[in-house]
Amino acid sequence: MTTTLPTDQMIDLKRGMISREIFVSPDFYRGELERLFTRAWLFIGHESQIPNPGDFFVSRMGEESVILCRDAQGTVHVFLNSCRHRGMKVCRYEQGNTSLFVCPYHSWSYTTDGKLQGVPLYRALYEGTLNREDWSLIEVPRLAIYKSTVWASWDPAAPDLLDYLGSAVDHLDQVLDCRDGRPGGSEVIGVHKWVFPSNWKFAAENFLGDTYHNPSHRSVDMIGIGPSAQRGQKGRRDNEYNKGQHVWVGHPAGHGMHSVLMPATMEYESSYAQYPVVDEYFRHCFDERKRRLGEKACLLPFTGNIFPNASYHGRQPRGICVWHPHSPTETEGWRFFLVDADAPAEVKDVLRRFYMRYSGPAGMTEQDDMENWLYATAASRGTIARRHPFNYQMSMGAYKTNDPLPGDVSLQITEQTPRNYYRVYASYLNGAPWDELIGRPLVQAAAE
Amino acid sequence: MMRSLAWYQLREEIEDFLYLEADLLDQRRFKDWLDLLAEDLIYFMPMRRNVKFGQHAERENTKQGEGISWFDEDKWTLGKRVEQILTGVHYAEEPLSRVTHMVSNVRLLDVRPSVEDAQEVTAGCRFLVYQNRIEYENFTFVGRRTDELRRVGTSWQIARREIILEQNVLLAKNLSIFF
Ligand code: FES
Ligand SMILES: [Fe+2]
Repeated sequence: MTTTLPTDQMIDLKRGMISREIFVSPDFYRGELERLFTRAWLFIGHESQIPNPGDFFVSRMGEESVILCRDAQGTVHVFLNSCRHRGMKVCRYEQGNTSLFVCPYHSWSYTTDGKLQGVPLYRALYEGTLNREDWSLIEVPRLAIYKSTVWASWDPAAPDLLDYLGSAVDHLDQVLDCRDGRPGGSEVIGVHKWVFPSNWKFAAENFLGDTYHNPSHRSVDMIGIGPSAQRGQKGRRDNEYNKGQHVWVGHPAGHGMHSVLMPATMEYESSYAQYPVVDEYFRHCFDERKRRLGEKACLLPFTGNIFPNASYHGRQPRGICVWHPHSPTETEGWRFFLVDADAPAEVKDVLRRFYMRYSGPAGMTEQDDMENWLYATAASRGTIARRHPFNYQMSMGAYKTNDPLPGDVSLQITEQTPRNYYRVYASYLNGAPWDELIGRPLVQAAAE
Repeated sequence: MMRSLAWYQLREEIEDFLYLEADLLDQRRFKDWLDLLAEDLIYFMPMRRNVKFGQHAERENTKQGEGISWFDEDKWTLGKRVEQILTGVHYAEEPLSRVTHMVSNVRLLDVRPSVEDAQEVTAGCRFLVYQNRIEYENFTFVGRRTDELRRVGTSWQIARREIILEQNVLLAKNLSIFF
């Protein structure tokens, strides 16, 4: 794509205005597919979904189907799910175990490390011409595994995942680590998949720290659906963060989140009130985590979005969402639900029940989100609507850099995180170099 | 089961009950509908996976009691869903959707202890649920249901409902209605 998208006109961060075009226009959508989803690190899946050699899980990167696969030697790969001969999908199962991906069309077959193995009638038809080595499944040039989560990028020049995440990793850790502070240790207990007619960025933005949309969840807050609801607690979840300082943090690479800094004197707030065993378990985890992490234990996660489309809920209901684009106005949502793999069965049971009634298209809370994203998209498509930008002026300038945490930190509800997100978004659409995309100081970049 | 007169009468009674139930939902009499649910209700809708031939029994549907499904819940939770709709600010159902439940292919799969003295019935059926929302939103949910019904006085209660929706990726933005 050679056309230049008018990002400067469309994304005016000084005045806090963003054009509706970026949410509805096919040109911007193509720009995203070609310049953003081909470069950024994307969330693919979780190692607990592919524990054994030959295990696979079919995932997506942008609009395209990819296979996350553990080969016979145990190495993890991500391949484009498309045969090298005529493009047939080589895997139309969602998840499973195999020793070969056999293409249904003309039966080329690929081993779990992506190599083209079987070509029917090879001797008679291809000998001397087709070099099998050159026709492996198309593999992502960059793959990284962090605390069991698998990420990939189509850009060979992409920085290492940890450099890409930057200081956002401190927050992501609180999602991925065991509740008692041991690093990693989560497992996926299920994946929701559904499509909804809205632009994918509405969903990403929601998790960037749009705490302002709380009123849209008034119905669940009134009736109470949290893990202590049967003991009379109102609201969507337990209020374990009551005594904390809420923070909204934007990072140079576009990530953003709403987290909480608890006072060093924090004590466990009883939660899961109708399940004494679960309450006791989380009390134990809380104390253990405090002991293990010391001061660092004060940072607790709420929601966040790793640029561009991997969102998370850090505590209740814990999980990672990916917003896969289908078109400017249609998105496929995937929600991976996480628990500590070694949590007791009763704890896992209470959590999964809470996750189901809270989250996704059947979730009492998130149904209202989908309704908003749908009609916000629909009502922004019109010719007249598109002449009028969205307002992103909330809490302009009300943040400090690297104080008290790395990043641009606001102590009040803010649209600084989306403003920061769309700054980076514009850089991708303009084809910026990686140093700009991840906000690496140029001096340091040159020295490397 | 022998197709005795009692069997035909029972099937008609069960059909009537399922039609009445569907009608309560379509008339948005949600609280009356809740009264048809047993206190120990299990309401379950699995997610469906694309699996290899031969693995369907084992792996096609997510399982009740483990992991994540679309619904795997009890009467308390369904009561909350009704309560939420009745707040008038549950925007996914405000304004309310227009919904029609079609129930057909009703079959008696099991009757206990006997057809003549039916206290518990396992009934199978097909459903086609049409949801129309606001102006242009249309969703069609088609599938199978297996209901465990319990006789209570002169009527029945639903003790367990398994809803098999014929979709993999959910082709609807929400499951904000009842099945
Ligand atoms: S398309 Fe796969 S073998 Fe021809
Ligand atoms: Fe929300």
